[in-house]
Amino acid sequence: MPDIVISVENLSKSYQLGVIGTGTFRGDLQRWWAKQRGLPDPYLKIGETDDGNREGETLWALNDVSMEVQQGDTLGIIGRNGAGKSTLLKILSQVTAPTSGEVKVKGRIASLLEVGTGFHPELTGRENIFLNGAILGMNREETKRKFAEIVDFSGVEKFIDTPVKRYSSGMYVRLAFAVAAHLESEILIVDEVLAVGDAEFQKKCLGKMGDVAHEGRTVLFVSHNMAAIENLCKRGIVLNKGSIEFIGTQDDAVRNYLSSFSDQKVSLKDRDDRMGSQSVRVTEINIRDQKGNLLNAIQSGQAIDICFHFEVNGSTPIDRAIFSIVVKSQLDVPLFLHHNRLTRQDFGVLPRKGSFIIHIPRLPLPPSTYYLTYSIIKDNSYLDGLNNAIQLTVIEGDFYGSGELPPATHGNFLLDASWHLKADSSN
Amino acid sequence: MNSERALSPKNEWDLIIRPRRSWWDLRLGELWRYRDLIWMLVWRDFVSQYKQTILGPLWYVIQPVATTVVFTVIFGNIAHLSTDGLPPFLFYLAGTTVWSFFSGCLMSTSNTFTSNASIFGKVYFPRLSIPVANVFSNLISTAIRFTVFLAFLIYFMIANPNIRPTLWILSLPLLIVIMAGQGLGMGIIVSSLTTKYRDLQQLMGFGVQLLMYATPVIYPLSTVKGIWRYAILANPMTPVIEIFRLAFLGKSTLPPLYLIYSTVFTFIVMLLGILIFKRVETTFMDTV
Repeated sequence: MPDIVISVENLSKSYQLGVIGTGTFRGDLQRWWAKQRGLPDPYLKIGETDDGNREGETLWALNDVSMEVQQGDTLGIIGRNGAGKSTLLKILSQVTAPTSGEVKVKGRIASLLEVGTGFHPELTGRENIFLNGAILGMNREETKRKFAEIVDFSGVEKFIDTPVKRYSSGMYVRLAFAVAAHLESEILIVDEVLAVGDAEFQKKCLGKMGDVAHEGRTVLFVSHNMAAIENLCKRGIVLNKGSIEFIGTQDDAVRNYLSSFSDQKVSLKDRDDRMGSQSVRVTEINIRDQKGNLLNAIQSGQAIDICFHFEVNGSTPIDRAIFSIVVKSQLDVPLFLHHNRLTRQDFGVLPRKGSFIIHIPRLPLPPSTYYLTYSIIKDNSYLDGLNNAIQLTVIEGDFYGSGELPPATHGNFLLDASWHLKADSSN
Repeated sequence: MNSERALSPKNEWDLIIRPRRSWWDLRLGELWRYRDLIWMLVWRDFVSQYKQTILGPLWYVIQPVATTVVFTVIFGNIAHLSTDGLPPFLFYLAGTTVWSFFSGCLMSTSNTFTSNASIFGKVYFPRLSIPVANVFSNLISTAIRFTVFLAFLIYFMIANPNIRPTLWILSLPLLIVIMAGQGLGMGIIVSSLTTKYRDLQQLMGFGVQLLMYATPVIYPLSTVKGIWRYAILANPMTPVIEIFRLAFLGKSTLPPLYLIYSTVFTFIVMLLGILIFKRVETTFMDTV
């Protein structure tokens, strides 16, 4: 039975929302004086009541979280923005104190909430390695011992005596990660630092973290990158609104997380911006995976069906209808259009109720948010149509089967392609 | 069932993170473990301050000398303030050398939290490392200024046989500790309070300047009479400046026992500062 190296017991953290204190000494003094005499707070907004503890203004970023991490675990922490992931890491890294509860730790923690913390632009790469090492808790001897390895890993040996303000942002990040990656600690905490740097370097970082895990050290890793989590972590924990929603194997955790995008079930009834005669009307849109499960977020490369439930109004039979979808980026750039005439699939006469279903075998979109527009056309006139009818949330997925995705800044599409090398036969 | 295992005696935890530590859990030993960091911070300040400047560390010399020249002209030649019969230039140079150490420590430690918020928000190390490193940085620049002062002192001693250092020179280490302690103590109190009240940041700049006029930097204590004399004597920096001049220039009207008052005050302000600082450091990230 491996040792437990981190034990979190009933950990909670609250933040005061809005203005804490009145911001000036005089204001706080007046508030204090009013309280002493039993008068209401003079700085209360009109309409606010003074309920003493001001419960309404408290946000529980973490609420009664308990968990244990065993030695050698690689634990992925996932959850949406505001779920409490960063707060948890901040408490574990001792950057901020919890409101209640307790964390017990065995061994030294190195936390990497950011790369390059404390880098000084005027100092050279060499000088910054020592400075950053010291800030991260290495002593001079340790840094000296690891120096060659750090420089080698970062790949900036040519510029090691140049002030880092002259570095490209890529070099800067590489050097910064290199220092952090060589910390000698039993527990490594990493927060989303892989979102920086180019793809090659990201891969190197993941590899390094994999090595760390194989050495038997414990890794806690926060990421939105499901592919990275799947590659690196054995166990996963899903946080939602400050509480643990799920702890288990990494596979189950990711599945749990993906199904948690729960507020996406579309009610189209309230939309008043429809086009067309409404002789056919789409009443609901949903997205399903190949097992028929409803999806609220789609992984890049996933096989999906988008179902448009419709009802026919009136008694006229409708045939030769063309159903088309357009997917647009957040900047309203159309990315692709598809309709059933392109694939010569005639629906014939539509039933009174039914679904148009488009099957996409491997979604070629990088993680981002997109908008789906649909329209039903017959003889060049609209029967129904709705601009940006629903939002598509695409998250990291293993499109290429390699665990790696190109960054979204390098294009709107994932290209399905392969490479091979052919020697020139003439020599 | 898991928690029972955690309670078993074979588990000994290296670190326990709790909401609030007790007032006296100061963990000053940690500072010693992070001495390499303190040294690196001092070295960073020294190296980075004058990078890409032409005169480099010469600025450490130019600043006090220029200030002293201005003081000599304004307070000595124009206002004709007494300098206890000492050459005005040397008198003001002594005053500014001492004062700049204290005010440097105070000013640089007083914004510890606000100016390091981005680092403090990302990585843990004993927060006191930063103000302590600031004090050492100031000590280095003061050592350079002190060398300049000694050079001028020797020059004046050759020209003027009345200027002779006294045995009080031996109290220099104590004077340094007092100045560093007061600067650090007050500075970290201010820095702790600025996490909540930004007003204090505005106050610091001219507050320190006003404090200088309440300290016998540009005038000797002997010129202050009546009730004002008590006010100036209540200032814990007064003995430091006066004893410094007694030690190196041989002139002061202050009973040297006042140094005890200064020492006690330093001890209290340091203790208070560390207590408040430690109180604030655990949660200040949530309010800054």
